[in-house]
Amino acid sequence: MIDAVLVAGTVLCAVRAIRATQLLSSALWLAGVSALVSILLYRLGAHQIAVIELSVGAGLVTVLFVFAISIAGDDGLTEREFLPNWLALGLIALFAGLLGWMILPLEETGVAAAEATFESVLWSDRALDVLVQIVLIFSGVLCLVTLLKERHTSAQRQALAGKEERERPSAAASGNGHRPGAAVVDPAPAEVEEIHA
Amino acid sequence: MSALNWVTLGVLGLLGAGLYGLLITRNLIKVVIALQILVKGALLALVAAGQASGQINLGQSLAVTVIVADTVVAVVGLALAVQVKRLVGTLDVKALSNLRG
Repeated sequence: MIDAVLVAGTVLCAVRAIRATQLLSSALWLAGVSALVSILLYRLGAHQIAVIELSVGAGLVTVLFVFAISIAGDDGLTEREFLPNWLALGLIALFAGLLGWMILPLEETGVAAAEATFESVLWSDRALDVLVQIVLIFSGVLCLVTLLKERHTSAQRQALAGKEERERPSAAASGNGHRPGAAVVDPAPAEVEEIHA
Repeated sequence: MSALNWVTLGVLGLLGAGLYGLLITRNLIKVVIALQILVKGALLALVAAGQASGQINLGQSLAVTVIVADTVVAVVGLALAVQVKRLVGTLDVKALSNLRG
């Protein structure tokens, strides 16, 4: 019974995350989906994954969403949609019906007694997956650094060029004639004494 | 009805909600949210399949890879959305189609 309640809550949170009018609400409903999915994972026996999903899915990713929404702002695009609602719902009902017809009912067929531990499966049998994860993390960091680098649009570039042009003549007129990077040479003390004499 | 079948129904619901979001939304951040929901359904399906076949640890080790890939997709997608908002001025996906060469 508790599984049914958890599943219903998960799907409800997912639908609310899609249909919410504010992006911040969507992010918070998504965090609810992650939390409920992690409880379901724990009840299925996947304890390690449940902890990782709770900390990464409901914690880190939610913080990232809130951070991005605070930077980008809410566009209010929820009124405009790609497809009519009835068509999208019909396609989804067809998809879910076909998939459910193929996989339901799901029954336990294997014997869990002879299975290796999670650590040995992850680090020995699936070592290539760990390598792929490391590559994914590094490529993600590289993408993030490249994407978040400060770039100027063409209008900003023109404004910067105009500002430099305006500053150049004024510096030449107000200054003592030498270029900004040139060193200023002080006269030697002996020469100054000769001039005074 | 067993717990595994309830979880399978939840997988169907999550996949359906994620696909529905991808079909109707035009907001770039909401597209990333729909992708997240879709991947959570796939994650639950992997662990449920591992449980059903008696290899829950294999399902868990595959799920770790899915979580890492999902997080990287979310990070890159959100960074892309922030840059699109900064350069184009909107998060509308249809506005990006004007960028065709």
